[in-house]
Amino acid sequence: MTWEPRPLPKPTPETEEFWRAATEGKFLLSACRECGLTYHYPRALCPDCFSDDVEWREAEGTGEVYSYTVMRGVSGWPESSLPLVYAHVELDEGPRVITNVVDCDPDEVEVGMPVEVRFEETDREDVAVPVFAPRED
Amino acid sequence: MTAREPVFVAGAFEHPTREAPEKSTMQLHAEVARGALDDAGLTKDDVDAYFTAGMPWYEHGLTPLIMADYMGLDVAYADTTDYGGSSYVSHVGHAASAIRDGKCDVALVTLAGRPRSESHTSGASASPLRTMQDSFEVIYGASTLSKYAVAAQRHMHEFGTTSEQLAEIRVAASEHAQHNEHAMYRDPVTVEDVVSSRMIADPLHLLDCCVVSDGGGALVVVSDDVRRAIERECVEVLGHGEAVKHLDAGRTDLTYTGAADSGPRAFAEAGLGPEDVDYASIYDSFTITVLQTIEDLGFCAKGEGGSFVEGGTLQAPDGDLPFNTDGGGLCSNHPGNRGGMTKVIEAVRQLRGEANAPVQVEDAQVALAHGTGGSLGTRHGSVTALLGRDDR
Ligand SMILES: [Zn+2]
Repeated sequence: MTWEPRPLPKPTPETEEFWRAATEGKFLLSACRECGLTYHYPRALCPDCFSDDVEWREAEGTGEVYSYTVMRGVSGWPESSLPLVYAHVELDEGPRVITNVVDCDPDEVEVGMPVEVRFEETDREDVAVPVFAPRED
Repeated sequence: MTAREPVFVAGAFEHPTREAPEKSTMQLHAEVARGALDDAGLTKDDVDAYFTAGMPWYEHGLTPLIMADYMGLDVAYADTTDYGGSSYVSHVGHAASAIRDGKCDVALVTLAGRPRSESHTSGASASPLRTMQDSFEVIYGASTLSKYAVAAQRHMHEFGTTSEQLAEIRVAASEHAQHNEHAMYRDPVTVEDVVSSRMIADPLHLLDCCVVSDGGGALVVVSDDVRRAIERECVEVLGHGEAVKHLDAGRTDLTYTGAADSGPRAFAEAGLGPEDVDYASIYDSFTITVLQTIEDLGFCAKGEGGSFVEGGTLQAPDGDLPFNTDGGGLCSNHPGNRGGMTKVIEAVRQLRGEANAPVQVEDAQVALAHGTGGSLGTRHGSVTALLGRDDR
């Protein structure tokens, strides 16, 4: 099973490396060499200091649930991926990212739950989608 | 404070319709424009500035050009600020600035939309991917609903806010809506009704959500010279503040809104504080929107919104902070999925003593109107306006 028919991300010159790295099992964050900020989403200019001296930094892929909701129905969403856990995960590196929590009973998800990244393949060779699953501490 | 030319709201009109399958959206814009001009005792020929926001998700673009054409407006100034639902509160402030700057004297602001007839929900549908951000959000099922639900969930986690406390907000709105003959839902509900309604995005229940209605509204903002030339009782624009809140590069904090910045800006401009507010129109796309905004505007401390709203605090006419006496977006009207317009209109009604009698706040001198456009879970525009009775 691949990600489709859920919507696919549209890579842009600024973000295509993020999606491509995901096909290799890497979650990339952006980092500013000028001021040290580690940030998400990818941007060519640092959103704190506007420096363009920025680089990719591979995240560990671990974190915890910052917030979430369980969606029982989303129009246009495949039945097979409902209910859907829409969540914000705080990565150990700091940034909080929007994602899905998968591979668990939606009723067991809670704020603070430890999670780790995994990657869903898509029909596009250069795009994989990071999601998060419960992590054993 | 430096002396500034006072600016006034001279006309306010809310379309009575909540479902308009037989009308075009442009017709609704024109009908509310005529209604607000009639209310002010002005004509279309008096209008020299036009303010409206686009509706990119389901309407034609270029709204001000198309609508100026449709209505035959001849204007010297236009503003199309689009903060979603808060746009129209913003337009009041922008019109005041333009008038003070001598650019115009009679500013018309219109809103119209037909999401109900056109079967657009404001809820659980994934949007098309347009922006860079969409590729990191919509692909995961980001919808209006999910993006407010995560804010509620985090607020509950940090502060112990309960579903019953959120329900108090719906209860107050429904108590008010029973007196509004145009309200979409007029039956009062209880806390039990709200928390036993269907869970649609944990922790939000069906009755935590606003209505989806067709309709519109309009305002006429005028200079002091115009106000002196007309008979109608006007309402002074005392202060206005805006803020844009977003994900902050990943330092996302879902427990507060942009009202934490727009509120103090508006209060500072007016030389007033939360204790001076007799009536508040607070954007109510969801109950959580109200709860967080009340805290952020300083009506209570951060995290204490839950206990603040208990015990009828929000219920007119006798609660400490009577809010949304028209029934708000939760029960009465959320025209075009955008509620900022009705927030200003009901504030004007309260200050003129023209609210529905059972919910009219006695001797209301200062009213607050607050808009939240976009979503608490990603990015939104917050706009606060303070309005005062002309003879205060
Ligand atoms: Zn930087």
